Amino acid sequence: MNLRKYIVLAGVTLFAAGGDSLLSHGMKQLGSISLNHLQGVIFAILNPWVAAGIILLLAFFASYMTALSWADLTYVLPATSLGYVLLALVAKFALHEQVSPMRWAGIALIAGGVGFVAGGPSLTSHAHRERPEHLVEVDPAEISSEVEV
Amino acid sequence: MKHLYANLYTWSAILAIVFASVVGDVRLSRAMKQVGDVGALRRRQGLWTVIVRVLGNQNFVLGVAAMAVAFFSLLFALSWGDVSLVAPAAASLTFIGNAFAAKIFLHERVDQRRWIAAVLVAGGVALLAG
Repeated sequence: MNLRKYIVLAGVTLFAAGGDSLLSHGMKQLGSISLNHLQGVIFAILNPWVAAGIILLLAFFASYMTALSWADLTYVLPATSLGYVLLALVAKFALHEQVSPMRWAGIALIAGGVGFVAGGPSLTSHAHRERPEHLVEVDPAEISSEVEV
Repeated sequence: MKHLYANLYTWSAILAIVFASVVGDVRLSRAMKQVGDVGALRRRQGLWTVIVRVLGNQNFVLGVAAMAVAFFSLLFALSWGDVSLVAPAAASLTFIGNAFAAKIFLHERVDQRRWIAAVLVAGGVALLAG
């Protein structure tokens, strides 16, 4: 794990939380969509908040996939839940909303869980065994001499 | 009796969400392990190669399809049950399900540390959204 990888994990957390918030804000502006008029969902993307939310969620998906390319699923997933903690903190300190004791307890549990995982190794699966031959990791030092990887 | 049916429908939809999400996460994780470190791959062969490899991976396509099923199950669940039940129940059960699935199908070493984390995070999510 180097700095670049921690930045990707931070991206997973921030983009998920940001995207969800923007989507939620935009959809509340639009009001509830009738089940009889589901095509209303399509016009929802014209709302700038919803559009921005979708862009952030695409960025989330890209960073999530990047993280999964070098870390275990059980290592990356707690990072996604850290977004909930972030949202609660934003609600409390930026929006001055009331955060109930039960929510603070939830925040503490998630933060504790993330701490437990973060202290351990990031990759434990032996994925290279099931990887096709041509995709096997190459030492960066050898790349210059590699013709076909 | 009507109440019981509504509950049954809601919980069936929640289980469908959890099942589809776990299948999706496992497929996507396996796909990305097959593609390999995308940062290193991009430096060697460029972003285009990364995109082609990821989109061309069968597990990736199946994973995205499973995520779509999970999303539509969520819509059904929300139409039958309260969001305050559906969202936290689905999210925390998915966490626990993923820990089992990662151990069984991805052969990740889910040690005591990660079990504790899965349970803590699942409980925390349930409290937050509840």
